[in-house]
Parts: sequence; C-alpha cells; structure tokens
Amino acid sequence: MMAPAVVLLLGWMLVPLVLTLWFSFVKFLPMRGDSIAKGLDWVGFENYVRFFSSSSFWPSVQITVLMVGGVLAICIIFGVLFALLLDQPMWGQGIVRILVIAPFFVMPTVSALVWKNMMMDPVNGLFAHLWRFFGAEPVVWLQDASLSSIIFIVSWQWLPFATLILLTAIQSLDSEQLEASEMDGAHPLQRFAYIVLPHMGRAITIVTLIMTIFLLSIFAEIFVTTGGAFGTRTLTFLIFQRVIDSQNIGLGSAGGVYAIILANIIAIFLMRIVGKNLDQ
Amino acid sequence: MARSVSTQRKIITTAAAWLIGLLIFFPIFWTILTSFKTEAQAISNPPVFFNFDWTLENYAVVQERSDYMRFLWNSVIIAGGSTVLGIIIAVPAAWSMAFVPSAKTKNILLWMLSTKMMPAVGALYPLSLLFVWLNLLDTRFGLIMVLMLSNMPIIVWMLYTYFREIPGEILEASRMDGATLREEIFYILTPMAIPGIASTLLLNFILAWNEAFWTLNLTAAKAAPLTAFIASYSSPEGLFFAKLSAASTMAIAPILILGWFSQKQLVRGLTFGAVK
Amino acid sequence: MSLRNTLCAATALTLVTATGAMAADPTATITIATVNNGDMIRMQGYTDQFTAETGIAVDWVTLEENVLRQRVTTDITTKGGQFDVMTIGMYETPIWGANDWLVPLSDMSAEYDVDDILPAMRNGLSHDGTLYAAPFYGESSMVMYRTDLMEAAGLTMPKDPTWQFIREAAAAMDDPANDVNGICLRGKAGWGEGGSFITVTANSFGASWFDEDWNAQFDQPEWSDAVNFYVNLMNDYGPEGYATNGFNENLSLFNQGKCGMWIDATVAASFVTGDDSTVKDSVGFALAPNAEGVEKRSNWLWAWALAIPAGTQQEAEAKTFIEWATSKAYIELVAANEGWANVPPGARTSLYENPEYLKVPFAQMTLDSINAADPTNPSVKPVPYVGIQFVAIPEYAGIATEVSQEFSAAYAGQQTVEEALEKAQALTNDAMEAAGYR
Repeated sequence: MMAPAVVLLLGWMLVPLVLTLWFSFVKFLPMRGDSIAKGLDWVGFENYVRFFSSSSFWPSVQITVLMVGGVLAICIIFGVLFALLLDQPMWGQGIVRILVIAPFFVMPTVSALVWKNMMMDPVNGLFAHLWRFFGAEPVVWLQDASLSSIIFIVSWQWLPFATLILLTAIQSLDSEQLEASEMDGAHPLQRFAYIVLPHMGRAITIVTLIMTIFLLSIFAEIFVTTGGAFGTRTLTFLIFQRVIDSQNIGLGSAGGVYAIILANIIAIFLMRIVGKNLDQ
Repeated sequence: MARSVSTQRKIITTAAAWLIGLLIFFPIFWTILTSFKTEAQAISNPPVFFNFDWTLENYAVVQERSDYMRFLWNSVIIAGGSTVLGIIIAVPAAWSMAFVPSAKTKNILLWMLSTKMMPAVGALYPLSLLFVWLNLLDTRFGLIMVLMLSNMPIIVWMLYTYFREIPGEILEASRMDGATLREEIFYILTPMAIPGIASTLLLNFILAWNEAFWTLNLTAAKAAPLTAFIASYSSPEGLFFAKLSAASTMAIAPILILGWFSQKQLVRGLTFGAVK
Repeated sequence: MSLRNTLCAATALTLVTATGAMAADPTATITIATVNNGDMIRMQGYTDQFTAETGIAVDWVTLEENVLRQRVTTDITTKGGQFDVMTIGMYETPIWGANDWLVPLSDMSAEYDVDDILPAMRNGLSHDGTLYAAPFYGESSMVMYRTDLMEAAGLTMPKDPTWQFIREAAAAMDDPANDVNGICLRGKAGWGEGGSFITVTANSFGASWFDEDWNAQFDQPEWSDAVNFYVNLMNDYGPEGYATNGFNENLSLFNQGKCGMWIDATVAASFVTGDDSTVKDSVGFALAPNAEGVEKRSNWLWAWALAIPAGTQQEAEAKTFIEWATSKAYIELVAANEGWANVPPGARTSLYENPEYLKVPFAQMTLDSINAADPTNPSVKPVPYVGIQFVAIPEYAGIATEVSQEFSAAYAGQQTVEEALEKAQALTNDAMEAAGYR
C-alpha cells in the first residue's frame, strides 16, 4: 500500500540526486561548450574543495542558520502570544482570525515585491512616509537592516501558520485543569509556564519541523529584495549564483550536495526531538 | 462552569486582537487600495488613503497586456491536479503507516520529509534536463507531477496523523463484518477522515498555488500559471506601483477568497497531530 | 446610390472581411521570450498587426529582466527549445553565437537592409563577423540634467563634461531642503546594474578589469581612484540609500524632480521627457563624463536584441518576426501612432538621418554617445577582452555580480572601499583560476 508513494518519492529524490552527484564530480561549464553529449571530464573532488574553500561558503551557512533561526524565533514567540490572545473571548473573533491568516495565502514573490516596493522603499515606501512624518530620516531597510528585513518579511508570511497550529493546541487544553489551577491561586504566569507551555510543546516542535523544511530553501524573498547583496546570501542563494550567474554546473552541484548534508544534519537533529514527540 | 470574564477585559482583548489583525493584514489592504490609484497617486507624498479618484485603469492595462484567465486557469489546473493526484497516491500509504505500522514506518515517514529539504536550485539543472528528455517542458502535466511530488511528504504526514486518530476498534469491527480492505478504506476510513482530507487538500492547494520556482522555470507560454504572470510586472521601467498592485491583487485574490471561505476546514485539520 | 450598388459594396465588404479573417487565422504560432521594458511592451501591442500581415500568431512570455535571463539561459544550455525567439543582450549574443546556439542572421531580405544597422550595434551582436541577433533597440549612456537647476546654479553644462565638473555641478545643485539631490547614480548590486556603472566609471579613470594575462586589476590605483571618487560624490550629493538604486529607482527619482543630474542609459531620455515625468520640459543632455586627462569616456554600449535559438522548429517564422520587429517599417509604424520620441532608438543609421527624428531633443546626443563607445578598446590600457560595461566571457556575469555586491556593501558604508577592492581582487582571481584562465 505504501509502494506507489514510496516508489514515486524514491524516483523523485534519486534521479535528481544521482544527476547532481554526477555533475558535482565533473567539469561542467555549458557556456564553455561542455555538454553531456560530448562527455564531461571527471575532476574528482575539485568542485567540493573549491566550493568549501571559497570565502563565501561559511558566511552563507551562518546566514542560512541565522535566517531560519530568526524566522522560527519570531514566529514561535509571537505565534504563542497571538494564539493566547485569540483564545480569549472577544467580539469578532472570526474576522480577526481571517485577518491574521491572510498573509499565508500570499505568494512569496508577491509578498516580497509588496514589502520591498510599497512598504520598505526608502523614498516612496509607507515606512519612509511614516518616519518622515515623525521627523526621522527614513531607513534604507534592505541595505542597512537587510537580513532583519528579510527575516521580517518571511516571518510575516509564516506567522499565520504558526499561530493557527498553536491556537488549535491551546484550544485543546483542558479548561478544567486551568480552572483548577486558577482556584489553587496560581499566578497567570505560573499557569502559562507550568500548564500551557508544556501542553504546547508538541505543537511547537511540529511547527519548528515543518517551517524549517520550507525555510531552508527560501529563495524568492531574497531574489526579489536584495539579490543576495548586503549579507543576505544564504547557501541556497550561493548555489543559485554558481549555477545560474556563473553557469558552473559542477561547482553548483557540489554546493547542492553540501546543502543536502546541512539539511540532513538539521533534519536528524529535529527529527530526534519530533520523533520522540510522535511516540508519546 | 463556563469561564466568565469581565466586560472590561473583553474590551481590552478585543481591541488588542483587532489591532494586531489589522496590522498584519495592512500590507494586503494597502496593495488592494493602491491597485485602484493612478501611478502618480500611488507614490504621492503624503500617501492618500481613500480620497483619490478610484480607477480601474490598472486592471484594464494588466488585462490588455496579459491574458489573465489563461494564467488563472493554468494555476487552477496545476494546483488542483497536483493536490488531488497527490492525495490519491498518499491515502493508501498513510493508511498502511497508520494501521499496519512496522518498525520502519517512522523512519520512512521522516525520510519522506527529508526529501523536501533538498534545495530546489540545486536540482534546477538536473530537473530541466530531465524535462527536456521526457518532453515535459511547458506542460501542465509536468508541473502537476513536480508539485505533486514535492508536496507528497506533507500530504502523507498530514493524512497519517489524521488516520492515527481514528480508533482501530472500528476497523476491527468492520473487518469482522467481512469488509474487504478496499471497502474498509473507502467506506469506513475515508468518510471518517473527510475533515482531515479536506484540510490536507486545502493546505496543499495553497502551497502548490504559491510555488514560484518550478512553475517559473519549467514553463513558457502554454502552462504558465499566475506566478509567471507576476514576474512580468515585478520591476519594469517607470512608475509601476499601481500596476504591480493590480497584478498582485489579481494573483492573490482567488486563493485569498478560497482561503477565507474554507478557513474553518483548513484550521480544523491543520494540526499535524499536534493535538492529542 | 442604388440598391444594387449598395448590395455590391456590401458583398465586396463581406468578402474583404472574410479574406481578412482568413489571413488572420494563424498558420503558425511562435513563442517569444522578452523583457518587460517599455519598448517591448509597446511591441506586444502591435502583435495583432504582425499576425494580420503574416498569418503568424505570437505567444508572449514577458518576464522581469533577472527572471528572463535565468529562464532563457537555462533553456539554451539544456536545449529546452521553449522559445522560437529570445530577447537577449550584447553580453550573451557573441558567447552564445560562438557556441552555435543561435541561428546566424545572414540571409536577411534586401528590404530589411542589414547594412543599415548601426555599425557599433552590429559588431557587438556578431561573432566572427556573423550577425546572431538583430537589435531591437540600442543604447549608450549619457548625462541627463535639469536645465532649470543648472541655470539657477549659474553653471553651464558643456557638451563633454569631466567628472570634476560633474562633482562641481552636483555640489551646486544639491538642495536637501527642497528634496533635490545633486546627482543620482546606480549603486545596486548586480552585474547589469551598479556593476555596469562602476565599470564604465573605472574605464573613464583609466582602469580595466583585466590585464593582458587575465590578472584582475582591482589592486591598481585607477580602480581605487574611481571607486573612491564615486563613493565620495554619492555620499556628499547622492540620494539616501543609493546603494540599492538601479535604473528604475533612479528613473523614478529623476521623474519626481529629486535629482539634479542622472547618468544612465540613453533610452531613459524618452521617459524623462515623457508624460510620466514632472520635469519633462527642463531636461538637458550631455556626453558621459571622463576623468581629466583620460581618453576614454564612461559610455557603455548595449542592445536588447532578438535572436533565434538553434534547433527551433519554426526558424522561418521566427525570422519573419525578427525582420518585422527590427525593420524600418516598424519604426515608422510606431512613429505614426505614438510620435517619433517613442520609437525604439539606437538600432538603425537611417533613423538618425531622418530629419523628423533629429528634431527629438535627445536624438543627436544618443547617436554621439553610441559612437563614442568602442567595445574593442574599452580602456586606455590594452585588454584581452571585448565589451565596455562587461567583459564578454561566460564567467563574467557570475564574477561581476559578486564584485558589485562587495562594492554595494562599500557604498552602504558596511565596509571600506579598500576592503571591497581587496575582496573583489581575490574573488575575481579565484574565479578566473577556476575557469582556467590563469
């Protein structure tokens, strides 16, 4: 019964993977006339060494980790807060939920374009107008706070997702348990720390896992906003530059293999935690 | 005893929640608003809110330049096709993981998820070559396959978590009644999992709709969806905020409306087994 | 008019419409990839006329420049065959032509008059003397300035200014209180954005990308002079955040009256004098500047051109389209409908011999700028490469994008100019080594 899905996924994973591995061990510069038909020269680990020893490699790994970590931190902290807030009785809860969920439906390209041009543009952007209104010098967001700006944009897209899952988790919390603790005179902060947060632990790990999967391959947001300038070149973007701008398929493929290794390190780490949680 | 709260507290939470909701929604609102302005009004200083001459000109220009319906239709087919096909293939897999688990089940599930972590750019060249060899470039079918496969792990995982919540005793009872495996899946399991399937369907439809790397790189004219439509308005010469806003509104409106109408279904199922 | 005559006329009319409809029924459909620039959008508007004339229908794939480049490059290197006509530039054409990826445009019709293409454009779009792409429009760069502000500052722009004069004029026109910057220039990362601009600036200070043995030259004093001059000029009189400004951002600033001067592509002239511009009546033009005593000006040379990828099934139809879109007749068609200022410039000699076109204020200066550019000798130093604001080798786009990112970081004050030059030097030599030049 699992066969069709497993076979398809195996094929989906293996075919590009095998091609990528092959390319990573050959000299493949299509612009120089190299092609599969003509045969590609085997160069051993040269591409790997070159990619690894390039001065851009470690910074790109750091930026990747910072970006993923930053977005996760924002989404989980604010996700928990918003979820707590939305769980409270209020008027118009349905409409608020619709407003909060909306960014999740927006294409990454569109959201990057909208934020870059209409919000963060240092001349005509709304932030610039707002800053000038208060007599401040407008900030050139995508230059002076480039990484934070991209983290902010991506967080805006993913916050609804985190909030919704966390909200479902809160709503499933046994209200009698809360009331009991309330009667015992527990401080709201104590209640949060000892009852609510532990209850949400599982939801938080799952949000972390799913978002990490998507965040590791973030591309459109960087492509549209900074093009990798001002310290926003993630590993994914570095590979893109090697493959597309430099047309060095061998080097880019070696980078792809590094990215797979990095992803798997993170994945193993995460899945240990989630796996434990799934067993409960 | 229901939790009772003071009116005062309710007012405060309402105000706070509305403020946050409006702030989060504001960029979308502003985009929609700007799409009805002229290019000059779109960048006017100070910005205008409602007191401008509302115009549909931007929509007319965008429609004249690119046939919106064609892009929209491609988006619907590709996102819909990949989601439905994905679910058809994923249901049996998720079923066997949930009800006939083996020692390897969890590893297979986690392995599936890890296939999603391979960066798409790294696979651009191999996959483009593959598409050339298989003659799939610029076909809806090719994109349906790619998006189906790239979202498959999420689909399997979501379905797996719903199926696990279905008590095994019901299935055993039906088996006693002589139901075949097929009947068991289609008549007993599936109806019970409908909310979960609906939610999976919605989430993956959204993900497929918004996917902008493969849909852009593997299409030209015939199969290009709305992500390609947007790429022709992103930064042209001259003033473009209003036209960009109109194109953006056109690209996100269908999915936004669908999302809003179905958000109850989406939310109900969007737990990934986080809730026990 | 009798009833019979009327009937006859009606029948004739019906026949004409019917045959017209039949001719319009397309016999073939070609797919064209193009960039979303104004002139191309205008060309799309005339698609129906092309279809009516030739019976060939057109599917447009219009993409933003960076996406287009990514898309067509992948298509050509994987032999994807998605497009029958591609819009490419002067950088790609000779490289792709050398790889036999493009169909040579050698047998154009007599009516097309291939010799009418401006020699600079024709050379830049050829490899070994064979034309591989037909220029849709061509450009160089020039100074655009506000005549009113210049007058108010008590200065006169010479026809051929130096960088020193530009700095003086920027200082005089700079007026932060009224939101006017002395000068707006590209600083945005990307080889075709700020990368182009700093490269031509360096040329005009006597620098070059490589010496004759393909050694990077960023450690030479000319580069340091050029980049330092640029950074000081922009820090003193440029707009806030200029390190993120490209062509489009500057165009918008200039049109809003926020720049005293702008040095950029000659095609911008029709925008800054067009209806979207708030300063359209007070724009003057001058040649791109040079540093005093350096023989090279900071002109670049570029063309957006139409090419046919080798292996397309519809070569004949594609050629028909290219002949139509880059013909004299197309220029006249646009001129008749939208005025001479809006025709695609910089491609044909005959356009600049047309007295009607020469009345357009920027026509002569555009031609002079194009003629001042010499891709075979971009620098006063001898170099092993062709190309002015780029180096026509396949590795350049990758290297120059990274180099320009280092420069942009220096413009933004995130590192010093010296640090940026050092990094540029190292990464360029690295990449050239990887490509087997050194």
